Amino acid sequence: MNLGNLSTSLIDGLLIGVVYGIAAMGLNLIWGVMRVINLAHGAIIALGMFGVYLLFSVLGVNPYIALGLVAILGLILGIIIYNLTINQMIGAPYLSTLLATFSINMVIIGLGTAAFSTSPRDSGFSLGTAELGFMKLQNTRLVAALLTLLITGLLYFFLYRTRPGKYIRAVSNNRSAAELMGIPASRILALSFGLGTMLAAIAGGLIATFFSFTILSGDVYQQKSFIIGVLGGLGNPLGALLGGLILGALEGLLPLAMPNTWVPVIEFILFIIILLVKPSGLLGDKK
Amino acid sequence: MSQWKNLGLWLALVIVVVLGLWPIFSRDASGREAGFTILLAIVMATSLNIVMGYTGYVSFGHVVFYGLGGYVGMYTLATLGLPLPVAVLAGGAGSALLAFLLGKAILRLRGSYFALATIGINEAVRTFVSNFQPFGAATGIELQFSIYKPYGGAMQALWLTYYGVVAIAILAVLFSFMIKNSKFGLSLLSIREDEDAAEVLGIVTPNAKTLAFVLSAILPGMLGTLFFFKNGNVEPGDAFRLGFSIESLVMIMLGGQGTVLGPVIGALGYQSLRSTLLTSNLSIAGLQLKDFQLVISGLLMLLIILFIPAGLVGWLRQRFPRLRRVLA
Repeated sequence: MNLGNLSTSLIDGLLIGVVYGIAAMGLNLIWGVMRVINLAHGAIIALGMFGVYLLFSVLGVNPYIALGLVAILGLILGIIIYNLTINQMIGAPYLSTLLATFSINMVIIGLGTAAFSTSPRDSGFSLGTAELGFMKLQNTRLVAALLTLLITGLLYFFLYRTRPGKYIRAVSNNRSAAELMGIPASRILALSFGLGTMLAAIAGGLIATFFSFTILSGDVYQQKSFIIGVLGGLGNPLGALLGGLILGALEGLLPLAMPNTWVPVIEFILFIIILLVKPSGLLGDKK
Repeated sequence: MSQWKNLGLWLALVIVVVLGLWPIFSRDASGREAGFTILLAIVMATSLNIVMGYTGYVSFGHVVFYGLGGYVGMYTLATLGLPLPVAVLAGGAGSALLAFLLGKAILRLRGSYFALATIGINEAVRTFVSNFQPFGAATGIELQFSIYKPYGGAMQALWLTYYGVVAIAILAVLFSFMIKNSKFGLSLLSIREDEDAAEVLGIVTPNAKTLAFVLSAILPGMLGTLFFFKNGNVEPGDAFRLGFSIESLVMIMLGGQGTVLGPVIGALGYQSLRSTLLTSNLSIAGLQLKDFQLVISGLLMLLIILFIPAGLVGWLRQRFPRLRRVLA
């Protein structure tokens, strides 16, 4: 095995891993703020894919401009979903929110299947390849990874430097105390849920620029988000980026050592082990 | 034995027996297929209810027991060449063993962490089986046609399988009732209400939870073997379909978790609705209703969670306090 192959696979994996990371970041944000596992996450990722795909291949919009539109739609959709479901069941057992978000998932996938069928799509978008020394990388992946890092930076700026961001952190810290301070908690929760789904839609849109997909593909990425979320610590957005990098590195390197189909086995076993040994994640604090 | 005078139990048994015997007397093949589907749903929902409704641990990976049991059973039939009853027992034992090995470990996790872990386990087993050569890897296990000969040909084997499924469904309802009315059942209910308090009261919670998990795994494992024997093949995608687990959860929610009758009614209601939608030729504004089966199921589930989270039986019990005595 030569070094060129090895490093190309590694870098390729890391670039994709960063994009997985942003999907997981959305999941983590929602969990961190309201202790809800969003089972509609995969469906929203799939919607993001279709949004960018349709805008690009039907209307001819540049995919990265389309991504901006998809992000805004994702935010709005998330706020609507929050108000329809989670907002009605604060304080209900966790099963309710799991099943409620899953029923949203069923509705979206059902509508999506009726509208788009389950046949695979490919945006056919390409920016060529870049040669860095002995490595050849697809530009779409490079751009996707850079955009993801930019969005992560913006998210951190938003959470730590702006008033609504500080509200979100306050509500996630202690909801009733935040309410006593005059923070409109349920609107802040709606905003957080919207941001979480926005990140999912962005991840879907970015994935659509370099992978083919179907309306059901969201499931795979949702499970990757679970794995990444648990790796990095549920509720910790920066951990999601680290988790994404780890998963990406595994997906880049493992196929060199074993058949491709064994990779998910390793990933899921890792997922269960981390859940059992350190449910707060690699970056999480001791409990 | 006054505890046996229970309306909920007898209603559940009547539903299962009438549903189960109907196609046997009418000798109706399409009725038998419908019976298969509904009875399978009843067993899955009833057995999941032991963990979810009684113990309060929501498993999203219940289908792993159905799938793995089916694989073990099919392996026993096709590769070891043993007869069907042995295979069915092997399927149940295989699932029970998996539940036992996993139980102590993952039942330490609470709430959403447990739910996530069960999804992870289903996916880990599915991807592992897809690579596992003795189980036929991605293509699965296919039965030779000659395997049906000792059972009087394929047609007769189908009926034989059906009797087995009816028997397992009746067992499932009886088990569910007996567990709920035993001392062990009480300890499960107390774990559901407050696990720490249960522990203080002297219940060895890890053991009780693991036993509940194992008991919930046996019947789906046996059923898996019967179903894949009937189909003649088993593939990873069919055996470990995550959606099937979640449908079982929906059925329990529909009927009422923690009751004996609830999962039976929920399974019957859900499957009837689903097959009505799937086979309907109704179209509204040029849209085929059957294309929207998933959408309608999803909306229905959302409405139930929002407005009657206790399910039908739970709602009846809340609404009519007198029913609480008789409706288990």
